[in-house]
Amino acid sequence: MTTAALPVNDVPFEISGREFRSRLMVGTGKYRSNAEMSAALEASGAEVVTVAVRRVDLNRANEEGMLHRLDPDQYFLLANTAGCYSAEEAIRYARLARAAGFNEWIKLEVIGDQETLLPDVAGLLEATKVLVDEGFKVMAYTNEDLITALRLEEAGAVAVMPLASPIGSGLGLLNPQAIRTIKRRLAVPVIVDAGVGCATDACAAMEQGVDGILMNTGIAAASDPVRMAHAMRLAVEAGRASFLAGRMPKRETAMPSSPLEGMLD
Amino acid sequence: MSQQQSVADETVSLTVNGEERELPAGTTVADLLARHGLDPRMVVVEHNRAILRDRDAYPRIRLSQGDVVEIVHFVGGG
Repeated sequence: MTTAALPVNDVPFEISGREFRSRLMVGTGKYRSNAEMSAALEASGAEVVTVAVRRVDLNRANEEGMLHRLDPDQYFLLANTAGCYSAEEAIRYARLARAAGFNEWIKLEVIGDQETLLPDVAGLLEATKVLVDEGFKVMAYTNEDLITALRLEEAGAVAVMPLASPIGSGLGLLNPQAIRTIKRRLAVPVIVDAGVGCATDACAAMEQGVDGILMNTGIAAASDPVRMAHAMRLAVEAGRASFLAGRMPKRETAMPSSPLEGMLD
Repeated sequence: MSQQQSVADETVSLTVNGEERELPAGTTVADLLARHGLDPRMVVVEHNRAILRDRDAYPRIRLSQGDVVEIVHFVGGG
């Protein structure tokens, strides 16, 4: 049901040898209801959906986790280590996630600060090394610092995920030049993660040439999440096509689009 | 179950998901999950910091006094 029916002569979106059908990845947190979440995921066209690992609340009868609501045959479940503040803690969560038995992929977050949720890059690098050694496919959530991104790639991350702006902020793409630089310098896929607040932000991020976007709050916290999920899908496709098309050069002065010849006397 | 009848009075206290709990002596990991209506395929169990990867072993793993158990699952998140 995509409206972007024009063929975009694009390379497949591939991470570590696995091809994914959508460049938009979405989170499953903060929805007002399960029905709304399901409808939004459907509208987003995403294949990769993120989930978090948490204690089962044993004091609630019939507590149901995400596996009751997401069909693992329909979606690729990407567990995260959100809420972990040290390499050790993130490694523990990653191991628990893998033991669920779906895949060995992990969206690795090692958070350094509660107010900004910015990554602790030392802990992130340490955890990446350990998990890569254990056979994990690590997708590392990081800031827009090139050197950290390079180190993560060297450490074996299968994708590097710089933020557009802080998690849940919806501030959009604050540093396009830094994102372009990371994309230009890395061989592994670069996926913008966090901070996308509306379709414009998603489109602008894709226009930097990145391989994909992961978002959660931008969809879940919209007044109409299902409609926003659809908008994000179109924006990611549009941004990708716009990047591939190659924008016109910017000029400081105007240039008429209509012929100068043939004007009446 | 009749085997447990003889030790019904005995209990062990352990920590499950951060809370102290008294359970009948001889309770297995499978029993604990069943007690809370949890499908083993939907959760991951960590027993004294070791992840129990083999779900088929749950009926054979008995919980002891002072054990620390974590039962986790996937929830919504970004």
